[in-house]
Amino acid sequence: MSNKLLVTTTVNGEQREFLCEARQSLLEALRDILYLTGAKEGCNDGNCGACSVIVDGVLTNACCMLAVEVEGSHVETVEGLASGAGLHPLQQAFLEETGLQCGICTPGFLMSAKALLDKIPTPDERQVRHWLAGNLCRCTGYDKLVRSVLKAADAMAARL
Amino acid sequence: MSKTTPDNGFNVVGTSPLRPDGLDKVTGRAQFADDFHLPNMLHGKILRSPHAHARILSIDTRAAAALPGVRAVVTGADFPAVRHELLNQGAAGVLNIREMSENCMARDKALYDGHAVAAVAADNPHDAELATNLIQVEYELLPPVMNVCAAMADDAPVIHENFHPGAFIAPTEKYLPNASRIQLGNGDPAQGFAEADLVLEREYTSETIHQGYIESHITTVIWDSNDYVTVWTATQGQFALRDHLADIIQVPLSNINVVPLEIGGGFGGKERLYIDPVAALLAKKAQRPVKIAMRRDEVFRATGPSSGTYIKLKFGVKRDGALTAAHLHLAYEAGAYAGGPLFLAIMSATSRYNIPNIHIDGFDVIVNKPTMRPYRAPGAPQALFAVEQMIDELAHELEMDPIEFRMQNLMRSGDRLVPGLPLAPIDTEKMLETVQAHPHYQAPLEGPHRGRGLAYSIWFNIGEISSAHIQVNPDGSVALTTASPDLSGTRISLAMQAAEMLGIDVEQVSATVSDTRSIGFSLPSVGSRTTYSTGAVVCEVAQEILQQMCARAALLWETQADQVSVQNGVFSNQTDPGQTMTFNDLAARMFETGGPISYHKTGHTQSFIPGTAAHLVDVKVDPETGKVDILRYTIFQDVGKAVHPDYVEGQMQGATVQGIGMALNEEYCYDKNGCLQNASLLDYRLPTSLDVPMLETVILESPNPAHPFGVRGCGEISIAPPPAAIANAIYDAVGVRLHSMPMSPHKVCAAIREQHQVNMDAQERPSKPS
Ligand code: FES
Ligand code: FES
Repeated sequence: MSNKLLVTTTVNGEQREFLCEARQSLLEALRDILYLTGAKEGCNDGNCGACSVIVDGVLTNACCMLAVEVEGSHVETVEGLASGAGLHPLQQAFLEETGLQCGICTPGFLMSAKALLDKIPTPDERQVRHWLAGNLCRCTGYDKLVRSVLKAADAMAARL
Repeated sequence: MSKTTPDNGFNVVGTSPLRPDGLDKVTGRAQFADDFHLPNMLHGKILRSPHAHARILSIDTRAAAALPGVRAVVTGADFPAVRHELLNQGAAGVLNIREMSENCMARDKALYDGHAVAAVAADNPHDAELATNLIQVEYELLPPVMNVCAAMADDAPVIHENFHPGAFIAPTEKYLPNASRIQLGNGDPAQGFAEADLVLEREYTSETIHQGYIESHITTVIWDSNDYVTVWTATQGQFALRDHLADIIQVPLSNINVVPLEIGGGFGGKERLYIDPVAALLAKKAQRPVKIAMRRDEVFRATGPSSGTYIKLKFGVKRDGALTAAHLHLAYEAGAYAGGPLFLAIMSATSRYNIPNIHIDGFDVIVNKPTMRPYRAPGAPQALFAVEQMIDELAHELEMDPIEFRMQNLMRSGDRLVPGLPLAPIDTEKMLETVQAHPHYQAPLEGPHRGRGLAYSIWFNIGEISSAHIQVNPDGSVALTTASPDLSGTRISLAMQAAEMLGIDVEQVSATVSDTRSIGFSLPSVGSRTTYSTGAVVCEVAQEILQQMCARAALLWETQADQVSVQNGVFSNQTDPGQTMTFNDLAARMFETGGPISYHKTGHTQSFIPGTAAHLVDVKVDPETGKVDILRYTIFQDVGKAVHPDYVEGQMQGATVQGIGMALNEEYCYDKNGCLQNASLLDYRLPTSLDVPMLETVILESPNPAHPFGVRGCGEISIAPPPAAIANAIYDAVGVRLHSMPMSPHKVCAAIREQHQVNMDAQERPSKPS
């Protein structure tokens, strides 16, 4: 189709090609074209963080970036968190510390927390709260979410 | 079978196992409504009224229909006239289907900013949205009525020529053109006030608020050539949705199947339908499946928020601390159609204190806002904001300790509630004693502008109708199916109850939520009822399964079923004590003993199960900016029995933070024309992780006799105390009372300044010679 653009990008370590319209966001491309529905839409205007992904190492709201902008980039989504070795320590901690209730915000929080731990491996409570402030959760009241991230950081530090 | 209930302690209940559905949620694999796709599916978008109150003169959809990629357009004219206007749903009240249909799509008048007026289905959501913008609607503007006081004023514009009165689950009487009323009372208030040594009168207001679930409303509908309609959506009640949809689109109930997908939060706001009939009619016209996903601004403008209020209280008390009389004027917004949370507000306003002479005047008030729907302990936070501040103020005036004052007037099991029924068994005293003895209550407050506040509440959990099905498989695994959508971990709390009853490991039980074709009727997951009410039915079904299995064992042992006992999943032959068999071994032999083992039940449980909560909060108030910081927070809640304590704590904390948001930030801001100005999550201002500290929880367990393990339910009550507790803490910190929610910085600032002025004036006045 004449009004579609070809985008080549790396998603969770795999090279992907897709056709999209210029008006489509990265979130739409991930969800509706690549069928990676882990990233969620809570607002489509950058308010809630449910669509959080990591683009070239930078925590990003996928709803606020155009799909064509990820040409040649490395995109990380929640689907890439677990590895052959099992769940990522963050995923494990979210399960063990009941860091989720309905779970709609969970992929976004996991990606924000991953971006945090990539940068600050042993954050304190304040730093965790600061990094997660761009993600809204209406279910948990944040207590168990914050504990989950702190626990995952401990688990990862203990492994090193 | 001689014995099934564990009498000394629990094996599963009270532990915190990992929940199986959690795995899909941390890996991104869980299927929420927006993740659902069908081949050949169209996308629907809705055009909404930009006016709060307007007559619709004409709608021209020709340009939209002509846009390439557009497959169907519908307006109010495509909605069938409803056959039976009123639908009696028993304990769920009498529902007005005509109004429900008009709320989904306006007919003659648009009643609020965001009221749907037309819809389009197109190949993709962008084209659908473009097409809606091509629809021409001619409006005649009418004056909007934007709050309860304006709606009840003498010369208020009339919103409905006629309306059917009725608050949520209770009848009301038409009283004014825009309002209906409930009056309740006991004793002789005039006499009670005459006996009082101190009488206080206060007014309180609050703004419209929203549940704020992070997942919007999303539905996908197929209407096939046999007029079978299938709906895949996120709902708190698949049966309620089915029943309402059938009446609105005029299709037999048995033609509809509603399949509940994972739900991304509801809090009461997803038990009513908005877009499903629209998607159904578009699907019928286009003869293709249609998906509609609401944008976030549509969620704010056109779903079911919770009432703004005007509350006036008059309380009388004796010098010794005995409450003698109370008068409550509770005016709650109903929104565009009658039926707000008024009755539940009345139930929860003063229940927990015995007031011998009381009169409650409740008003359900129609305004040009979206139709109010339940929001977690509907109506209670607003009523408590008023009543618990009044109680605190009276205690201060009497120079009594606020806990002692509450203790003196405390309602106990068996005492009469205002509507007459007795308070079901619960230990109301223990709650206050626990607060008193807690280190937080004892801890000194250090630093300037810091204060501590307390609020105490009772809320009544719903029982009523639930269904459950259990199937035992030959490998010993157990499939548990219910009709109760899982908002936050109830699949595991129900699986745990089944495992406890059956005496097996929770890992053996897999719990799922069924569509409306595969299980009996159930009321929605509302009213803190799933773990309690559905749980009780699950226990009954599990008991029946054990009976069946005892009979199977009896066959193998050639004895009578009543000679077989079962304890912790081991069946024993009473006539031959050496003979035992495990649950798994017996399951493996089901086909030798008569075939499959399964049981289904639609059961009924008691309603008005009380739960209590007390919240203790320390705040710091910045007198320059009016900003209130939460320094320490302790939630005390009596849940009867905590089935999965970690998720119970999660309910307590989540509800509390919603209450904190309501107390300090959240409100609908309308302009003078009645248009919503802050229809986004950022501008509406949900609390973030930076707004709250860690939240300490204290679980109390005074058992509920109506549940085999004593479960009361725990989901709602903790949203109610935060506004009052924080208001009382602000008073303790800076000596001002806030009478208007949210207690946003500018209001706190203004109150401090006003008080400062009063103090200055008092100082400047020349003191009289004594
Ligand atoms: S959906 Fe992207 S921030 Fe909310
Ligand atoms: S778990 Fe429901 S929004 Fe966070």
